[in-house]
Amino acid sequence: MSSATGPEETSAVPVEQEVRSTSPAFDFSSFPGSRGLRLIERHARFYRRLWLVVASGAAEPLFYLLSVGIGIGGLIGTVQGPAGHPVPYRDFVAPGLLAVSALNGALNDSTFNVYGRLKFEKLYDSVLATPLGAQDVALAEIGWAVVRGILYAVPFLIVMAAMGLILSPWALLALPGAALVAFATAAAGVALTTYMKSWQDFEYVVLVSVPLFLFSGTFFPLSVYPHVIGLIVEWTPLYQGVVILRDLVLGAPTWALLWRAAYLAAIGALGMAVAGRRIAKLLLV
Amino acid sequence: MSLTAERIASRAPLAKLPSGWELSVRAFRCWLVMYRRTWRASVWSSVFGPLFYLGAMGYGLGTLVDKNGTAALGGVPYVVFVAPAVLAVQAMNTALSNSMFPVFGAMRWNSIYVAARATMLRPGDINRGHLMFITMRIAMNSACFVIVMAAFGLIRSWWGVLLLPASVLLGVAFAAPVAAWTVTLKTTTPMNYIIRFGSIPLSLFSGTFFPISQLPAWIRPVAYATPLWHGAALCRSLALGTVTAGSAAIHVGYLTVMAAIGLWAGARSYRRRLYV
Repeated sequence: MSSATGPEETSAVPVEQEVRSTSPAFDFSSFPGSRGLRLIERHARFYRRLWLVVASGAAEPLFYLLSVGIGIGGLIGTVQGPAGHPVPYRDFVAPGLLAVSALNGALNDSTFNVYGRLKFEKLYDSVLATPLGAQDVALAEIGWAVVRGILYAVPFLIVMAAMGLILSPWALLALPGAALVAFATAAAGVALTTYMKSWQDFEYVVLVSVPLFLFSGTFFPLSVYPHVIGLIVEWTPLYQGVVILRDLVLGAPTWALLWRAAYLAAIGALGMAVAGRRIAKLLLV
Repeated sequence: MSLTAERIASRAPLAKLPSGWELSVRAFRCWLVMYRRTWRASVWSSVFGPLFYLGAMGYGLGTLVDKNGTAALGGVPYVVFVAPAVLAVQAMNTALSNSMFPVFGAMRWNSIYVAARATMLRPGDINRGHLMFITMRIAMNSACFVIVMAAFGLIRSWWGVLLLPASVLLGVAFAAPVAAWTVTLKTTTPMNYIIRFGSIPLSLFSGTFFPISQLPAWIRPVAYATPLWHGAALCRSLALGTVTAGSAAIHVGYLTVMAAIGLWAGARSYRRRLYV
């Protein structure tokens, strides 16, 4: 009987547990979900060797900024800005692409990569053999995707500043704003990824993210749409993010931005709750 | 008496080896068999993707451009200007997405190439058969988009019937050299760089969404040298009916040479990879 169960039956494991429980220094586990920091650290170490992948992802929205902002901007001239007065097109489009940048970073990681770790690398199966739980995994994956979103947004902001596209000190809040966009995207992304059955299902991610990218008020104001379509677009999280960042960067914030931020935070919280439960279900049941 | 001995005894002629063309078609049919099972997933992105771009860029952004005047576009509405370029970009993207990960996978993951190598197919046949399938995919996607262009009245000339062959030529000009290169790869990472530092800048700066005259003067020669510019300019001249014999010959010649080099390089690199 006992020989069949193998090495788990040896005395090493209980001893190790005892050692761990009697060393109170740096006991992260007293904060809920904070053990997930270990998993974020794992991803950070992993990506240190793949930094060019991260850098190339951050470069993508910059190409769009140069092409659409300057190339097409030269054809457009000015558009109606947030406060109603006309702004040059490139000033208009840059904050929108900043939101896209944060969204891209968070979306790629929270969908494709989480799916790969879940189904192919079986990373979480090994993670659960440590003191980390399913909720920690969910928090860590969302946290890392937010980090990645921020890593994409920071160089974009620096380029915007260098090109003179930041017009207000309110832009200091653009980075937290971009992080909020990344948070809402990442939480929704991880939650939805737990429902994916195969790589083919990711066609739907593309099917959603491309129109989101193109029609969320990123490239043109809602006024070009018929009114009904505009009402639908207003519910998309990217549109809310774009408006927040655009109002901040162009220096026309209103109190309504707090409602928009609360909407994004609510999407993030909902996604986080669903993601934790789903990961627990997928891995433990 | 064994079969061979019987044949020798009867002096029956040996079965003739199939021609190179027929062998390539056999490799092509292998891809068709697989595609019959997986085509549904590809329809979404290949049909809706370009439609989204046409809707957003052509009609959404076009509203803003047209308000400001379209002299720089040759006096046509922005959506008419941009639609042939979206066709060209789609042909390039279809070519790249089919000649990178599927080629890598056939070499390294599911080893379709290695299995094909165990038959009488030569490496060049395997290469050409796969390119035939990629060409078919490009033609399918381009045909869908040309129909949409026609339905929206975005084709202004009868030369537009040549849009399909032109975009397929552009696609093959990308697919053949890229497949020849992909088969030599050991990891997938370089393919991501081709997409991010290759196809995305190409699709944004090759006179597609705005005329090259909008770019700073020093970089214009680079844009004029890119294959996508030749493809997009060819498609645009066909759709608008502004095509001239001289410019068409340059565009078609450029793309044909690129495809031919790709085919030659493909036969070579497939041979090196498959004969260990």
